[in-house]
Amino acid sequence: MIPMEHYLIVSSVMFFVGIFGFITRKNLLAVLISIELILNSVEINFSVFNRYLYPEHLEGMFFSLFGIAISAAETAVAIAIIINIYRIRENIDIRHIDKMKN
Amino acid sequence: MESIGSLIIFYILGAIIIGSSVMAVTSKKMLRAATYLLFVLISTAGLYLLLNYHFLAAVQLSVYAGGILILFIFAILLTSARGDKTEPHDKRRIITGVVTALAGIVVTTLVTLKHQVLYNGNPTVTGDQEIPVKEIGFALMGTDKYQYLLPFEALSVLLLVCAIGSILIARKR
Repeated sequence: MIPMEHYLIVSSVMFFVGIFGFITRKNLLAVLISIELILNSVEINFSVFNRYLYPEHLEGMFFSLFGIAISAAETAVAIAIIINIYRIRENIDIRHIDKMKN
Repeated sequence: MESIGSLIIFYILGAIIIGSSVMAVTSKKMLRAATYLLFVLISTAGLYLLLNYHFLAAVQLSVYAGGILILFIFAILLTSARGDKTEPHDKRRIITGVVTALAGIVVTTLVTLKHQVLYNGNPTVTGDQEIPVKEIGFALMGTDKYQYLLPFEALSVLLLVCAIGSILIARKR
């Protein structure tokens, strides 16, 4: 039987790698990839806690399910904004984006 | 015997997740970062299979690896210039990031290992009792306690709004 702590350690490493990328990367899409890593690790945690601690309920699984759908919606909007910024500013470097409209 | 097999599979998946997520946030080329993100997402689906959440693994594969990754790759192809040398990193920011990430990993790992969580004697973890899809369907479509019709409908409205909004934002003027 796999100890529950090992799942938690894997997901926490993934979470903080995402935070590292969020701090250091300067491409907007790379920042978005880091956010996806953070969301994904949180969803692993929800389903692990549900399976190990409350296996008779389904809350954690449904929270992960809705979280996946919400992150899909969030990514669609963010990528639309990024493409629009690229069309206006010709790059997506976060240091050069100090206004969103010409 | 079967337990040892799943343990080995778990450690392989964990190693792939950790290594690929580090590569996804450090690689210079954006397409490679997206590919490493794909590896992370597929290995996460493997973890859901190990936890016997088969429906969740299928959703993870189809929505994340099938939908979001395609969006990412199209956005990278649309926005990256030729060659696309990424930004020169500045040292202070990297040091800040490394210190933050390491401190966070150390603190959460210590807390996780120190805290005793009681879950022994839980038969569904080792056994292969997957949740029947019929139960998931009734839980998604019911209005009783522990049933989720209202979040489901709210989520579908949210997805519709996000689709319309992103078309509106990204259209050519």
